[in-house]
Amino acid sequence: MGVGINVEHLNAWYGTTHTLQDINLNIPANHATALIGPSGCGKSTFVRCLNRMHETNPIARATGVVKMGEVDIYKDASPVDIRRRVGMVFQRPNPFPTMSIYDNVASGLKLNGFRNKAILDETVERSLKAAALWEEVKDDLKKKSGASLSGGQQQRMCIARALAVDPEVLLMDEPASALDPVSTSKIEDLIFQLKSQYTIVIVTHNMQQAARVAENTGFFLNGKMVEFNSTDKIFTTPSDKRTEDYITGRFG
Amino acid sequence: MRPPTNYKSRSMRLNSAWRYGINHLVTGLAILSTALVIVPLVAILVYLIYKGASSLNLDFFTHIPAPVGETGGGMANAMLGSGIVLVLASSMGIPVGIAAGVYLAEYGQGKLLAMAVRFTADVLNGIPSIVMGIAAYSLIVMRQMHFSAFAGGVALAIMMVPTITRTTEEMLMTVPHSIREAALGLGVPKWRTVLSVSLRTASPGIITGCMLAFARVAGETAPLLFTAFGNQFWSFKLNEPIAALPLQIYVYAISPYDEWHRLAWGGALVLILMIMVSVTLVRIYAGRGVLKGAS
Amino acid sequence: MTSFFIVTPSSMSLEREPEPSSPLTAPLTQTEATPLHAPAIVNFVASAEPAAAEGPPSPIRQYLNTCSNGGLADKTFAAVMLVCALSIFAIVLFILSILIARSRLSLSQFGFGFFTRSAWDPVSGDFGALPFIFGTLATSLLALAMAVPLALGVAIFLSELCPARLRAPISFLTELLAAIPSVVYGLWAVFVLVPIMRDQLGPLLVTYLGWTGLFGGYNFGVGLLTASIILAIMILPIISSITRDIMQAIPVSQREAVLALGATRWEMIRTGVLRNARIGIVGAVILGLGRALGETMAVTMVIGNHPDISKSLFSPANTLASVIAGEFSEATSSMYLSALIEIGLALFLVTIVVNAIARALVWAVTRGAPARVH
Repeated sequence: MGVGINVEHLNAWYGTTHTLQDINLNIPANHATALIGPSGCGKSTFVRCLNRMHETNPIARATGVVKMGEVDIYKDASPVDIRRRVGMVFQRPNPFPTMSIYDNVASGLKLNGFRNKAILDETVERSLKAAALWEEVKDDLKKKSGASLSGGQQQRMCIARALAVDPEVLLMDEPASALDPVSTSKIEDLIFQLKSQYTIVIVTHNMQQAARVAENTGFFLNGKMVEFNSTDKIFTTPSDKRTEDYITGRFG
Repeated sequence: MRPPTNYKSRSMRLNSAWRYGINHLVTGLAILSTALVIVPLVAILVYLIYKGASSLNLDFFTHIPAPVGETGGGMANAMLGSGIVLVLASSMGIPVGIAAGVYLAEYGQGKLLAMAVRFTADVLNGIPSIVMGIAAYSLIVMRQMHFSAFAGGVALAIMMVPTITRTTEEMLMTVPHSIREAALGLGVPKWRTVLSVSLRTASPGIITGCMLAFARVAGETAPLLFTAFGNQFWSFKLNEPIAALPLQIYVYAISPYDEWHRLAWGGALVLILMIMVSVTLVRIYAGRGVLKGAS
Repeated sequence: MTSFFIVTPSSMSLEREPEPSSPLTAPLTQTEATPLHAPAIVNFVASAEPAAAEGPPSPIRQYLNTCSNGGLADKTFAAVMLVCALSIFAIVLFILSILIARSRLSLSQFGFGFFTRSAWDPVSGDFGALPFIFGTLATSLLALAMAVPLALGVAIFLSELCPARLRAPISFLTELLAAIPSVVYGLWAVFVLVPIMRDQLGPLLVTYLGWTGLFGGYNFGVGLLTASIILAIMILPIISSITRDIMQAIPVSQREAVLALGATRWEMIRTGVLRNARIGIVGAVILGLGRALGETMAVTMVIGNHPDISKSLFSPANTLASVIAGEFSEATSSMYLSALIEIGLALFLVTIVVNAIARALVWAVTRGAPARVH
């Protein structure tokens, strides 16, 4: 089950570039929240700050308070602890090329030393079912390499991999941008189903996608969050002129 | 306005002929030099295989050298000795080399220290092998007062480290960053990511790199001259002189006996075959791309 | 544009119930975890874990919440990797210090004059390294003179002219030849090259080039020239393969720019490739020089091993490396041994400098990508 995320005064830098400027935001639990904005506006950096992936880049740093439930993830826990509770799906599918489908899905557990085979089997099946991939791969789970699947299947496998660790939050960084329309709609259906179980934050450059899957939407521009509201409001009666310009296609 | 160039003029035609003449001449020279290099080198290989193959027989692999004046005998003790020294060298050189490569690729990106290590590794790679021999002699043999297999192993291990370091780094750099992110994003600690994801993905390339380093030092003679020193008998002890294939080839080659010359050719062929196999394997992996199927 | 079903946060809050905090001593407590019973969302995900909200955390969560976060292991692992990387510095420093320590006797006895004196008399204990410096320089430079033009030709052929079908086998062959051990080249030289030098090539050289005075004295087949030839054969693959790598690192756009101006292929190679690659090519040549300076076994087997400084290329000589290989195990007096180790020290320092220069030049072109030297 998901937890809410409370972001206060989040700032982030790449080298000397100030990519996120004083972000304040409340992301409700068990809902999907979409982040939209033109490329380079900081929305990807923002989700990477939510599981401390941002700091894996040696020149990057972040300050501020990010509370996941009651835990300040920058103060009370190590990055590894946080990432175990937060699943992440990246822009391009990134299966482990040396591992079978089964091992890919189980990797979050196996690489952390979990060895109970019965639970692993059950988790792999449950996660693949949740990612709507089970029927397509159940016959060669251990025979086929994760890299042998199609792009859309790979991405669903990556979602299954993120779900297998039973996370509280699921971060998705443009999960469908590298996929064809059919795969994209499968991923969207999936998000729509998963959001009852997990707090989902999805970055997208596709406004229709945001409108289809998310209850709340935030609009980012030049490292600042311009507006955050229910998706309905953002798309029908935005309060900020820049949001209106963006969603009506006047720029971006 | 300039008058248009008359491309049919005599001077233009001469110029053109001259330029194309030079072009053909240089092309010819490049082909000629390639032939000049390839033909003799192929001749060396063919000659080696011819002389070596006629020298090899079962005795070669199972017997120790016969005393001077007798025919027969083999280099079994030298091959065993080489094996022992090489296992010693690998057990020291490979872990250190791989670990240093991991540092360069996974921890040192963009750091000045990593640049310095990389540079030093490349420089160390070019230091003559005989110097390694003297160093190991000065450190171990002079202290223990006798030659030993162990000293030979240390000298060879030092030679393996820089090669393996650089290959490991090179191979790890071919592992896409997105795969590391996938593991880190799942909450896998970095050490585990490096071992189970980066190294595992790059392992075919790293293994062949180690084989290449192994094959290279397998043929080294100079570092063993006054460390392993060589002997004519079976020896299994690490702190005593031990025979080694390249050493034995050297000793036999400069000896006056035909029978020993025969053994030298046989030994050379065995060495070459070992090296050919490892170079070929490396080539296959390099050509195929270590990461077939990786995104 | 509208979504087909939007559950707004405000409508959700009506259904929210207080939730007891997680029974586990987990750092993340589930404050807002509430089952969502939105009518539209009926699916197998919800049914797969019907009790997830009320029950204790799944075994997976329990495991992940309690298993080690690897903080200590991470630090240890990084430290071990760092130590191994630093050991490469340590190796170089260790070799340097042990060579200095073991050659102290000779260093204090002869001082810098060691490198300018031509005496080499183990019986009376009088040592100078000049003959070996001469032998090393003469063989290396001769070898370079023979190898560099050929290596450049091969590199140009492989990188610019070679049909794609031939490129792989020829590069493979050069790689293979670079991997053949020195002692095997030596073996071949002793039994093939030396007789050729003695019986065919030597007399020819005397007949046609005897007037230069470089081919005087008796021709044994072994000597400076034979050693240079075998060295040239050995460094050729190294120089040509690095030069090829460097030439291929020159961007295609550079070549196209020149070709677009109407240049012939050679003009393109000269201005578009060689001019851009020249620093790296110099580096490759110096790298070959470094190899030649320290090459031991093959040279030892065919150079004649005699500390002479002679004008004739037929005369036996000795190099820094070959004198160590040849005489180290017979060095009985400690001064003799110390002098040989000092020669090793000189070889070490010279090759470090030569290699550092070469690497810097090659790096300047390939931007630190490892140039393979086998």
